[in-house]
Amino acid sequence: MSKQDIHYSPRRIGAIVLRHLYLMRTSWPRVLEMVYWPTVQMVLWGFITLFLKENSHYIAQAAGILLSAVLLWDVLFRSQLGIALVFMEEMWSRNLGHLFVSPLRPYEMVSALIVMSLIRTLIGIGGAALVAIPLFDYNIFDMGLPLIAFFFNLIAMGWAVGLLVSGIVLRYGLGAESVAWIAVFAIQPLCAIYYPVATLPHWLQPVAWALPASHVFEGMRELLLHGTFNMHYLVNAMLLNILYLGGGIAAFLGYFRAARRRGLLLQIGE
Amino acid sequence: MSLDNSKDTVIEVSALYKHFDQVTAINGLDFTARRGVTTALLGGNGAGKTTTIAMLLGLLLPSSGNIRILGEDMLKHRHRLLHRMNFSSPYVDLPQRLTVRQNLTVFGHLYRLPALKQRIAKLAEDLNLSSLLDRPYGKLSAGQKTRVSLAKSLINEPEVLLLDEPTASLDPDTADAIRTHLEQYQQRTGASILLASHNMTEVERMCSDVIMLRAGKVVDTGSPDALLARYGRTSMEEVFIDIARDRAPQ
Repeated sequence: MSKQDIHYSPRRIGAIVLRHLYLMRTSWPRVLEMVYWPTVQMVLWGFITLFLKENSHYIAQAAGILLSAVLLWDVLFRSQLGIALVFMEEMWSRNLGHLFVSPLRPYEMVSALIVMSLIRTLIGIGGAALVAIPLFDYNIFDMGLPLIAFFFNLIAMGWAVGLLVSGIVLRYGLGAESVAWIAVFAIQPLCAIYYPVATLPHWLQPVAWALPASHVFEGMRELLLHGTFNMHYLVNAMLLNILYLGGGIAAFLGYFRAARRRGLLLQIGE
Repeated sequence: MSLDNSKDTVIEVSALYKHFDQVTAINGLDFTARRGVTTALLGGNGAGKTTTIAMLLGLLLPSSGNIRILGEDMLKHRHRLLHRMNFSSPYVDLPQRLTVRQNLTVFGHLYRLPALKQRIAKLAEDLNLSSLLDRPYGKLSAGQKTRVSLAKSLINEPEVLLLDEPTASLDPDTADAIRTHLEQYQQRTGASILLASHNMTEVERMCSDVIMLRAGKVVDTGSPDALLARYGRTSMEEVFIDIARDRAPQ
């Protein structure tokens, strides 16, 4: 295989990551935005938790349950936004034409988007989680290893949704960029973030169980309320995420091919 | 319609069609471009120049037809060929907040170039960009941006360079500097250039061959001298108008 035939190049993926790290370095509002919303959410729910602790038996059992839910939900939201915003930066800067006349392959672009989403999510959620320690005497890292399992399952679901959203924006233009901001909120009520799946009407429960996030939040509640880590939830979430990620990548590559058929890589606009 | 059938052909397009829903943008295009020379792709607005270039680069998939570049099938071996090609257009931007050096670094990595720092320094020197390397691309003038875009398009020393109106909206001095640099690059490397332009002075100066498009088809080809003689004109601008208005050679 010659040097030119390399189908998957870490250096090309690194080039796209580097391009976005350069951007972050020169734009403090972009970095602030990453940390701002997770922190605001955490502070709001922290005070709600303080109030409910005195007034709710459920919260008194595990004071960190709402804060954990808020922070973990933001992992999903930030990871999908991390993919979509990084991709839209290329569209806003009208750079897609240059990128895709280079040897960059679409799946290398997907890999770079995933790396950037991970970096952005760690900055955003990491900042908020650290602020919670002195402010509410709550340390999400006390969850230990299960936290890593929850984190990666939620971030993987976020990647799947983010890739689908990026494909939609590529296909339908920047007029569809609001989809990036609202996409995960459509499924938020079904993700069992603040209440168990059993709270939902019976006919909706199968839909909720089809979402990897529902298994993660049920697992989180069991860990915080009963101190047990239920592998069943983790395995279900992982299997579903394999399907979701496969679907997200296939959708992005499909939309990318449609963009090549329609000439959208050179004509990016509304 | 072909300019040359020898083995020195670098781009070979045959029976190329592109339909967008009910609109036919490219209507059975056939042409070849020779190795080591600059070929002009001319035509009025909407004639299909940019669409053709986008298909040559693989940014746009043809509805049907064949494209061979450097002897290989573009549709099958796109990524292998893209290492040996590049492209510049004032209508495709680079990230505004990144400095010139950062932009060139990113593209250097995309082409997996060795000794990238030295390559960027040499390009900057050749294109008079050294003092601009650490300035954000978005803060540059139109002429400076064009030079940066050209530097990006030369970063991998392409054997085939596709240029879409490379001197559009530039003052005569800057435009002349760009043309001179392209001529020197071609002399040094033997690269082949396909140039879409509305500037007929540029075409007369730089191009050995001309391909004229109208409504997505090749309507005439030849060297600038041959076209001038055939149409009985003294400038390529007059020839362009004759062909665009479907006037027969005199």
